[in-house]
Amino acid sequence: MLGLSALELARLQFAFTVSFHIIFPAITIGLASYLTVLEALWLIRRNPVYVELYHFWSKIFAVNFGMGVVSGLVMAYEFGTNWSAFSQFAGSITGPLLTYEVLTAFFLEAGFLGVMLFGWNKVGPGLHMFATAMVALGTLISTTWILASNSWMQTPQGFEVVNGRVVPTDWLAVIFNPSFPFRLAHMTLAAYLSTALFVAAAAAWHLLRGRSTPAIRKMFSMALWMLLFVAPVQMFVGDAHGLNTLEHQPAKIAAIEGHWQNDPNATSLPLIAFGIPDMKAEETKYAIEIPFLGSLILTHTLHGKIPGLKEFAPQDRPNSTIIFFTFRIMVGLGLAMLLLGVWGAYQRWRGKLYETRLFLLFALCMGPAGLIAVLAGWITTEVGRQPWVVYGILRTQDAVSNHSVLTLSVTLVMFIVMYFLIFGTGIGFMLKMVAHGPDEGRGSMSPPDGGQVHRPARPFSAVPDTINPAPLRETSEI
Amino acid sequence: MGIDLPLIWAVIIAFGVMMYVIMDGFDLGIGILFPFVSDRQERDVMVNTVAPVWDGNETWLVLGGAAMFAAFPLAYGFLLSALYLPLMFMLAGLIWRGVSFEFRFKASDRHKPFWDKAFAWGSYIATFSQGVALGAFINGFELDGTTFAGTALDCFTPFSIFTGFALMVAYALLGSTWLIMKTIGDLQRRMRDLAQWVSIALLAIIIIVSIWTPLEHPQVATRWLSFPNLFYFAPVPVLVLGATWLHLRVLRSREVHAAPFILALLMIFLGYTGLAISMWPNIIPPSITIWQAAAPPESMGFALVGTLLIIPVILVYTAWSYYVFRGKQAVGEGYH
Ligand code: HDD
Ligand code: HEM
Ligand code: HEM
Repeated sequence: MLGLSALELARLQFAFTVSFHIIFPAITIGLASYLTVLEALWLIRRNPVYVELYHFWSKIFAVNFGMGVVSGLVMAYEFGTNWSAFSQFAGSITGPLLTYEVLTAFFLEAGFLGVMLFGWNKVGPGLHMFATAMVALGTLISTTWILASNSWMQTPQGFEVVNGRVVPTDWLAVIFNPSFPFRLAHMTLAAYLSTALFVAAAAAWHLLRGRSTPAIRKMFSMALWMLLFVAPVQMFVGDAHGLNTLEHQPAKIAAIEGHWQNDPNATSLPLIAFGIPDMKAEETKYAIEIPFLGSLILTHTLHGKIPGLKEFAPQDRPNSTIIFFTFRIMVGLGLAMLLLGVWGAYQRWRGKLYETRLFLLFALCMGPAGLIAVLAGWITTEVGRQPWVVYGILRTQDAVSNHSVLTLSVTLVMFIVMYFLIFGTGIGFMLKMVAHGPDEGRGSMSPPDGGQVHRPARPFSAVPDTINPAPLRETSEI
Repeated sequence: MGIDLPLIWAVIIAFGVMMYVIMDGFDLGIGILFPFVSDRQERDVMVNTVAPVWDGNETWLVLGGAAMFAAFPLAYGFLLSALYLPLMFMLAGLIWRGVSFEFRFKASDRHKPFWDKAFAWGSYIATFSQGVALGAFINGFELDGTTFAGTALDCFTPFSIFTGFALMVAYALLGSTWLIMKTIGDLQRRMRDLAQWVSIALLAIIIIVSIWTPLEHPQVATRWLSFPNLFYFAPVPVLVLGATWLHLRVLRSREVHAAPFILALLMIFLGYTGLAISMWPNIIPPSITIWQAAAPPESMGFALVGTLLIIPVILVYTAWSYYVFRGKQAVGEGYH
């Protein structure tokens, strides 16, 4: 299909499905923690605004969670269907880690999600708070396992290769591999930022339409505090993550920087702010360089240097053309988030947080920025790992299942059509709920399900019946 | 050598898959029966009977997949890529029905038929694909060492197409008897009539499979028909016949409610046992055993700790949610 090889199609299929998947967990992780904070604040301060917000966001959480589970089902099978040689080679490590992820998700769903979504009037406030906190903890544990697995593939250790298969020798070393702490911190913060931006955009939308209720102002304010503090921390963590990558995957960093070779006459490394890396010509065209900055960022000294891409054999180089840009998209959006946070603080200081149109528009436009940065970050990480699946140990071309181009094309098209239709409808549904806004005057006593008693304890049924999911073609008109 | 980890894991996975087949079986069955019931309200009743439990049912499938990845990576890599097409279509079907299941409740009357159709089609595709995968598994694979040497279309044989339809019948039986248990009145009566035909069809299918498999696979024939085995395994077919007979009798009576479902479960369970006897101890038929495909003990042991801790919790929770939502589902009284 389109002249792509079977390997490229298998990669494309995996990338497509996992990219759809990650959008939902990112919001799940962030919202679960946000809901915990809202409920705790309610218990401490007894301000009904927090309950109103809790009920509002818990419904959106429910739909989002449901879509995370459905898209995750596919991921659990794709390691075997698309990467059978990888599964056979490294399944003894990634298999147990994935099992633990599934078990945690299971446990969370079995134990606490039902109480959280449907137990508002059935259990006491303390127990309900506990359930919410456990759901949040569950999402974080789930994240930990899946990122341990991915990080092990990036920086593998704690194993031996026996008879062509991986045998774990030290599980602690496997889990706490060198890139794991950085990736866990970076991804968790990314989820928080994505959620804060989503919440802020929802509030901005209502404020722009003149719906300035206490609940909406509260969520706007909370989201902006979050951005103000977390966006700088994320840059700091990202920087540390990059230094760690330089140590373990220098080729990835060279490709991110579009850095081909060190100029023997230069005493420092410039930063290429813009350019177009050309893999064939082995150079970065139209480069706009900022002197010293490369050394400063990558080595934290004025004159440090890093290996250039030419120092690696051509078959061992990741695609610089792609990750040069995805990395800049991520960092650029990170800077924009910081700007939003700082501008918000300034507006707050002027006492005009909820009024300035331009600022509200900016907050609205930044709504999807977190998720875009997450996707750009993952593409950087994963494409930058190429040509390896398990870094330095197993090449992607040796990991792939033996399917024909035709087979893969058929299923790829099937997934694309289906995902856009289904998740498109689901996302449209979520946005409609956001547009509906929190119900005013919801005191602590009114049940979140509007009085219907016999609700099944399942995510979607936490949603009010008045919101109608139309198939995609009609949702898009709204 | 102590504990036989591969054996423990094989039992856990077999149990997980069986839980899946039984539990998702009846809710897929509901989708399969949709074309036989056109009334909107009755459809709502049907779906409401499974609404509180269906997504818990599907999680067994995720657990089965992940557990196999952990314990038998060789088999996971092999089987999933050898069964690529049916599995991908199964996932597609499951996604469709899972999402439409939820959306049909929230949709306006204008959109409801769309999600209803999606629900029924999703159920058909998922079930048929599972049946094809099952048939292909029984047929065995072309091996080259531990990699699959065949092509994507190998899993579509007359036998596997047959098992595809067979599984639809089996799930329809689970679905219809489930509805007998959970509903009243006209719907229940119609399901009772339908279930009779479906169970006769299922018996015919079990017989055909029991003849077809040993004919095509001599090692299955020796497994069942060689001497001491014949003796041990004879109860299985006898029980199948007995259960079907009892089932048909029960269906004629007006008063019984849960018995048909329980007998249907028994029939499926027996079929599953028969299958396990035929395949044992291979995990990649025709020749790779669970011991050959096992992960190193370090991996199996590590994953076992969490699994043994959490499976009981899941079982208790599952039992509890069925208990909470016990009883009949009347027209107009929805969960939604
Ligand atoms: C950073 C977090 C993160 C990342 C990188 C991934 N996931 Fe995920 N996943 C979650 C965080 C998460 C979650 C937040 O924990 C979910 C969302 C809903 C849920 O139940 O757990 C989830 C759900 C979820 C489920 C459904 C579990 C259930 O049935 O309840 C599966 C099978 C997977 N994921 C598998 C994967 C695979 C194979 C991934 C990689 C390729 C992956 N996830 C990436
Ligand atoms: C446990 C977590 C993950 C594992 C084990 C994993 C593993 C893999 C594997 C096996 C491949 C195919 C080989 C390759 O081309 O690199 C791949 C590709 C890819 N993954 Fe991941 N991945 C994980 C998480 C993610 C997430 C959450 C994303 C986010 C969106 C992501 C984005 C990608 C992309 C974009 C590719 C394609 C790379 C390319 O085209 O070269 N991955 N990953
Ligand atoms: C602005 C400063 C930032 C810097 C310096 C930075 C740095 C990095 C680096 C170097 C990587 C690649 C790590 C590797 O593969 O070895 C990465 C990955 C990633 N980034 Fe960033 N990042 C920044 C901001 C952000 C923001 C704002 C988000 C999202 C809201 C984000 C989300 C991600 C994600 C999801 C990944 C992939 C997962 C991982 O490897 O941790 N990053 N980042």
